[in-house]
Amino acid sequence: MKISLNWIKQYVDTDLPPKEVARRLTMAGSEVKGVQVIGEGWEGIVVGRITAVNPHPNADRLTLVTINLGSSEETVVCGAPNVAVDAMVAYAPVGARLINPHTGGQETLKSAKIRGVVSNGMACSEKELGISDDHTGILILPEGFEVGRLLADCLGDVIFNMDVTPNRPDCLSIIGLAREVAALTGGTVHLPDASYEETDELIDNHISIEIEAPDLCPRYCASLIKGISIGESPRWMQERLISYGMRPINNIVDITNFVMLEYGQPLHAFDYEKLAGRKIIVRRAGEGEEIVSLDGVERVLGSNMLVIADAERAVAVAGVMGGANSEVTEETTTILLESASFNPRSIHYTGRTLDMPSEACMRFERGISPELTMPAIKRATQLMAEFGGGQVVRGIVDVYPGRVEPQPVAVTTGEVKRVLGVEFSREQIEGTLTLLGFECRPGSSESEVVATTPYWRSDINIPVDLVEEVARIIGYDEIPTTMLSDPIPRQTTEPIIGLKRKLGESLTGYGFYEIISDPLVNLEILNRLYPESHSPASSPLRLANPMTIMHEYLRPNLRICVLTAMVNNRHAEGPVRLYELGKVYLPRPDDLPDEVEMLCGMLGGPRSEMSWQAKTDKAVSFDFFDAKGIVEGLLTRLGVNARYEPSTDETLHPVKQAAILVGGRQIGVVGELHPAVTEAFDIPDPVYLFEISLPELLPFTHEYRLFQQIPRFPSMLRDIALVVDAGTAYQKVVDIIEGFPLVTQVSLFDVYSGDQVPPGKKSLACRITYQLPDHTLTDEEVNKVEQQILGKLSRELGATLRS
Amino acid sequence: MREKLEELLAKARGEIAGIDDGKDLESWRIRYLGRKSELTNILRGLATLSLEERKAVGARANEVKTLLAEVLQQKTEELKRESAQQSLRVDDALLARGDVTLPGRPYPVGRLHLITQTINEMCEIFASMGFQVVEGPEVEWDYYNFAALNFPEEHPSRNDYSTFWVDWKSPNPKGPILLRAHTTSVSARVIESMEPPIRVVEPGKCYRYEAIDATHGEVFYQLDGLAVDKGITMADLKGTLYEFARRYFGEDRRVRFRCDFFPFVEPGVEMAIECIICHGEGCQLCRGEGWLEILGAGMTHPEVLRRGGIDPDVYTSFAFGIGIERMPMLRYGVDDLRLFYGNDLRFLKQF
Repeated sequence: MKISLNWIKQYVDTDLPPKEVARRLTMAGSEVKGVQVIGEGWEGIVVGRITAVNPHPNADRLTLVTINLGSSEETVVCGAPNVAVDAMVAYAPVGARLINPHTGGQETLKSAKIRGVVSNGMACSEKELGISDDHTGILILPEGFEVGRLLADCLGDVIFNMDVTPNRPDCLSIIGLAREVAALTGGTVHLPDASYEETDELIDNHISIEIEAPDLCPRYCASLIKGISIGESPRWMQERLISYGMRPINNIVDITNFVMLEYGQPLHAFDYEKLAGRKIIVRRAGEGEEIVSLDGVERVLGSNMLVIADAERAVAVAGVMGGANSEVTEETTTILLESASFNPRSIHYTGRTLDMPSEACMRFERGISPELTMPAIKRATQLMAEFGGGQVVRGIVDVYPGRVEPQPVAVTTGEVKRVLGVEFSREQIEGTLTLLGFECRPGSSESEVVATTPYWRSDINIPVDLVEEVARIIGYDEIPTTMLSDPIPRQTTEPIIGLKRKLGESLTGYGFYEIISDPLVNLEILNRLYPESHSPASSPLRLANPMTIMHEYLRPNLRICVLTAMVNNRHAEGPVRLYELGKVYLPRPDDLPDEVEMLCGMLGGPRSEMSWQAKTDKAVSFDFFDAKGIVEGLLTRLGVNARYEPSTDETLHPVKQAAILVGGRQIGVVGELHPAVTEAFDIPDPVYLFEISLPELLPFTHEYRLFQQIPRFPSMLRDIALVVDAGTAYQKVVDIIEGFPLVTQVSLFDVYSGDQVPPGKKSLACRITYQLPDHTLTDEEVNKVEQQILGKLSRELGATLRS
Repeated sequence: MREKLEELLAKARGEIAGIDDGKDLESWRIRYLGRKSELTNILRGLATLSLEERKAVGARANEVKTLLAEVLQQKTEELKRESAQQSLRVDDALLARGDVTLPGRPYPVGRLHLITQTINEMCEIFASMGFQVVEGPEVEWDYYNFAALNFPEEHPSRNDYSTFWVDWKSPNPKGPILLRAHTTSVSARVIESMEPPIRVVEPGKCYRYEAIDATHGEVFYQLDGLAVDKGITMADLKGTLYEFARRYFGEDRRVRFRCDFFPFVEPGVEMAIECIICHGEGCQLCRGEGWLEILGAGMTHPEVLRRGGIDPDVYTSFAFGIGIERMPMLRYGVDDLRLFYGNDLRFLKQF
């Protein structure tokens, strides 16, 4: 919102520099995001009047313009098409600082010979002065400025770019901001005189107003102005509108807009002659009722929207936009002026549903006091009489079914201290509130202030609202800075947070980069993870209002996001190791979805960075056992024992995948991505994945464990090479060996198939560690167990010793 | 016998002088001192000698054994010394491969995401002030995102929290279902479920229906904080936030508290820090203001406490909400929010 400081100063006197006014407003809650000084750097530029325009002797498109500056006259060379004798212009002498319209930069004006004629200074365009981007001609000033006066004194202004918070509709007006400035500077606000002459006719003879929906319209005021002639509004009013960023239209529309900006009360002018039955009815729209709004668009209304209707049809969407059927036009002579109060929720709903944001809507939906309707309609009526050439019919119709007596709010010095942590005296509190327009009286106790809220402050309802008023006007800087002094509450740690930290520590140690992805995904891309069924087992949650179909569904798994990141990094050199720890969202009937914390990691590319120590130049790629090794490392670090079994995850290579089992439950999966999947994602090389559900893993990660004595007696190592069927799982071999006493560890150090073993067989070379806590083992003891192991392996798996 | 012994001693001494590696020395040891050595044979043969001879030869044989052992010991040490010297000697091979400026064997390096690092750092700062980390759902009831936080329905205060709605029906009166627009929803749940005294911070993902650009994303992270107890004041809020800013942005960074509006607090606060580039002089980053807004806060609105079952006449409370991306953006000069969730290794490897 662009606010002219000159305009504010029309209602409140302040000598503070603009930046200080801006700072105080900002600190008190109405943020000034930018301060634009119009006229900054206009040193030496003065108002002049053109006294002669002569042709340039050497150029057809240039003229020699003589400008009267009061005490002197200068002749300049000018290329603008709009020079004319008697026009008021801005004259810049040599040495003035102007904006170069071609480069946008500031330059010092030099004396120049243009086509053989010396130009002593120049007449400026709006662009050269930095007022606007207009460079089609020179700036022609309105009449009334004194010749020779500094331009900065005539046109200079300071524009605040403001952000007003939604609780302060009163600050969406110049007078509201003037009240803030007054409270922050100790000044007083003077309102414009809004008195006018009235005719002898009574308004009640010309219009009747009926509110059928008082819940949505607490007050409706109307005045009637006859004999209007539509024309331009006065220049000063147009300038005020332009300073805010509004386009002047005609005197009537401009006055309604001007008063809206001045007071904050939206107004609407109807062409009285177009209203059927001399009637205004404020009612709910019929379901499907249609109206063509002022912008020419046909709108279909619903029964929870409010319309202003005449005896026959809707003539406006209340508080949102007028109807074309009652619009003020060139021919209009009688105006029915509306100043009403509407239910803010209803206006918000209507504006949002019809997608018709407007200045009026923005004010109504923030909740304007019904009390504002009367001062605003008087001011606008006065201006219409003065600048519309009209006569005002006696009286203002005022239908006010929603009158509410203001409820005073009480606050004590104790409450102020309880919230702010600092003591303010009753006098300080009262003084501050009085500055803001509250009427204060003593309460039931010495420390209590009872404040009646001024009508324009719809945001004050409870004592703490008054506390904020005191704090923000006195200044938050006055509140001390202390540390919490109450005892630290009892802490309980969510175990999953600790688990996430540990996983992150391990994975980054293994060379993984953590990624974080947008959990909103595209369904078609998601379906590429399922080369057989072409869709996930249960359909993911969909957004009702996605920004784009690329982000339409909540991810049902994490692998889609990690894989997307692998795709994005497929041109990276060296190994790519990525993981994400994040939620997946699984729908539950009638409830919020189950948000499951997952870990998903992926690896691709060469196993290590290029190195001069590598035996060959050809880098070795990751394989399944890299991914599995990482899972084993992660789980070992957490003290979790896992088993691995072949699994059937559709996204993974049918053979190169395993379920991760802990305590008999599957907590995750590890494997190579199905070649059809990597192809669908346009990744040339294999990608390996591991995925673990944190809630499934968590119960097995308890840190509690018992200390084991460090063995005092030496262990004995024996290597055996077993020949088994190629299809026999190593896990079965280990299970048998580890089932024997004395055996403390089994390590596999070679797997072989080929010429040295019979076809269909493989050789597994294992190192078995034997140990007892109470004595050093003898060969005989170990031999005995080893024989038993071999016997059982032979019986159950048909294993033989490799010769 | 005696001559044989002397001969043996001389021969052994002669041979060992020429030995220059450990393997030869070991075969020397076996030859002269081993179980099957000549000396052992002589010692074993003593039994066949007369008592006198046995005494004389035996004594000398043991002397010879000791002498040989001494020689062996000397030679062993000599070889060890030589080998140590050898390993320090520089030759061409060592010059080539022993160049200490050659790169080391690469060990993999990984990192936590910058957002995770930031959350961890922030949580540590608040933990040291007694705040406990809690988490809550991202897919949330309308109630905890809005109504419980004193956002009236059809109110423009909701306009800044443009919401993604989830296409999922539920008869729950707390519905409909949405993607939370701020982590303040977790505060609403905490107020409802925990007993005072409370001090928590709530980091997490949030979602807003906003076109994605350099400073807006449909996904972003927030960290909300909440303290509830008897006697908590706005001075405590200022102190807590000041301490946070001091520790995250540096010792002498000035901060500014100004009035702002959020439906769930009263009085409302916005905190800014002195611009990290211009130190308050005014520059492009701070749009000439000298200050950078970093968070919103305030004293929890009595209505919010009441709806959560906490008596606002007994307890006071403060709350704050910090946009997490903004912290590293300011600290490291990251100029585009999209970099955080683009997962480009060239970005990830920098932090």
